[in-house]
Amino acid sequence: MSLSRRKLIKAGLGAVAGVGALGAGVRLADRCGLIPANHRGIYGLSETLTYAGQRLLTKLPSMAREFDRSQISKVAPVNGKAPTTEPYQRLLAGGFADWRLSIDGMVARPSSFSLAELKGFPSRSQITHQACEEGWSFIAEWTGVPLSCVLEHVGIHPEARWVFFFTFDEWWDSVDMDDALHPQTLLAYAMNGPELPIDHGAPLRLKVARQLGYKSLKYLSRITVTDSAEGIGDGLGSSAPSAGYSWYAGI
Amino acid sequence: MAESAVAPGLAVQGVVVRDTPRHSAWVRVTHWTSALSFVVLVVSGIAILLAHPRLYWGETGAVGTPSLVDLPLPFVLDVPIRGPGRYLHFLSAWVSVFTGLVYVTRGLLARHFSRNLLPPRGELTLGAIRRVIGNHLRFKRSSEDELASYNVLQRLSYTGVVFVLFPLMIWTGLAMSPAVTSVFPFMVTALGGQQTARTLHFFVACALVLFLLVHVAAVCQTGFKSRMRAMVTGRGPAAKEPS
Repeated sequence: MSLSRRKLIKAGLGAVAGVGALGAGVRLADRCGLIPANHRGIYGLSETLTYAGQRLLTKLPSMAREFDRSQISKVAPVNGKAPTTEPYQRLLAGGFADWRLSIDGMVARPSSFSLAELKGFPSRSQITHQACEEGWSFIAEWTGVPLSCVLEHVGIHPEARWVFFFTFDEWWDSVDMDDALHPQTLLAYAMNGPELPIDHGAPLRLKVARQLGYKSLKYLSRITVTDSAEGIGDGLGSSAPSAGYSWYAGI
Repeated sequence: MAESAVAPGLAVQGVVVRDTPRHSAWVRVTHWTSALSFVVLVVSGIAILLAHPRLYWGETGAVGTPSLVDLPLPFVLDVPIRGPGRYLHFLSAWVSVFTGLVYVTRGLLARHFSRNLLPPRGELTLGAIRRVIGNHLRFKRSSEDELASYNVLQRLSYTGVVFVLFPLMIWTGLAMSPAVTSVFPFMVTALGGQQTARTLHFFVACALVLFLLVHVAAVCQTGFKSRMRAMVTGRGPAAKEPS
């Protein structure tokens, strides 16, 4: 087969146009919030497709299913144990009276809240299904303050894109604004009625109803609002990718 | 075999061209892409399953609650196969879905399904199916017609895989996604719950693995070399043109 010069030039121009269009597409997708923090590498490709696909889908009305009180599971397993670190053990011994949740970053009024102050916000109860990436699942009732209420109270910067969470058990994670402002994303302090048990993340845990269980961090200590995932840990948006798991867990 | 490699258009007079076109390029490319992504999906699926090799029926299930099936497999939680397994599973799922889209679109445009895969109206009879099964059980060699085209049993299993089992895999897979079901709750409620979706995902995968085994066995039985050559180069041994 012989390639004429004209064909070569055409192919070259086509390739340049293709790369240019792809670049523009990626920039546009990023502006629309369709590119996850862990978008690099071969798996970054499928992670981005999954995240972008589901974020386009959740532009439609999107509420996790809620269940009847009679469907609450009798068995609610947990992974991991309560933090054994001194700061957590000290707060636990004091009945979490000295515990405070701090919120900083791109907010108008960096603040910290006691448990009683958080309980003073409007509360929401929801009976939702939580699946672990291992395969098991349970239904429980969670009561807490919608994260959006707290974010509204501290006044988030219009350019904020991510909300990061830090805990007493060394995990950290983040959600995009779509999940952060979703009515079913809770800072939960009660489970099935009474206060959150130690194993389930007392005194306060995150509940992200539209993602797998590992996104719902336990033992919260601090929240940071940012416009970039870079500079926080390894820049992948969460401690999950370095442990081998996806940042986005809407699967 | 040198002469058979020559394209028919270039055949010199007197040279016998033995091969006939069997599979077009898009069928071959999509066949091998789906084959590879399917094998990766099975292997990574097993890596994920081993974290909790118990299956449940309904919405919920965990150790301490009754199960539908306790698979005779160990719980593998400490060996780091699940994380990479999940990344690979979703990567190959996307490859598989895109390949399927290309295959089905091209197949509809080329009328591949109506011409080559859907059983002709007259052939879809119990007698015809019984005859094909009987021939297989007696290890009778396929007729010339069957070498060039697909028999009714092949047609049924291929259409079943393409239009029933693969769509079911995608449906039961998406039914496990809390984000997808937050938009389309019926995707999981129609199945009867998230754990039912997981269980069906496993059993439909088993059906696909069974198809793969039978498919490979049939390829071996009818001539591994010529069948592989047909699916790789697109050319198979001479026979009557498929009508």
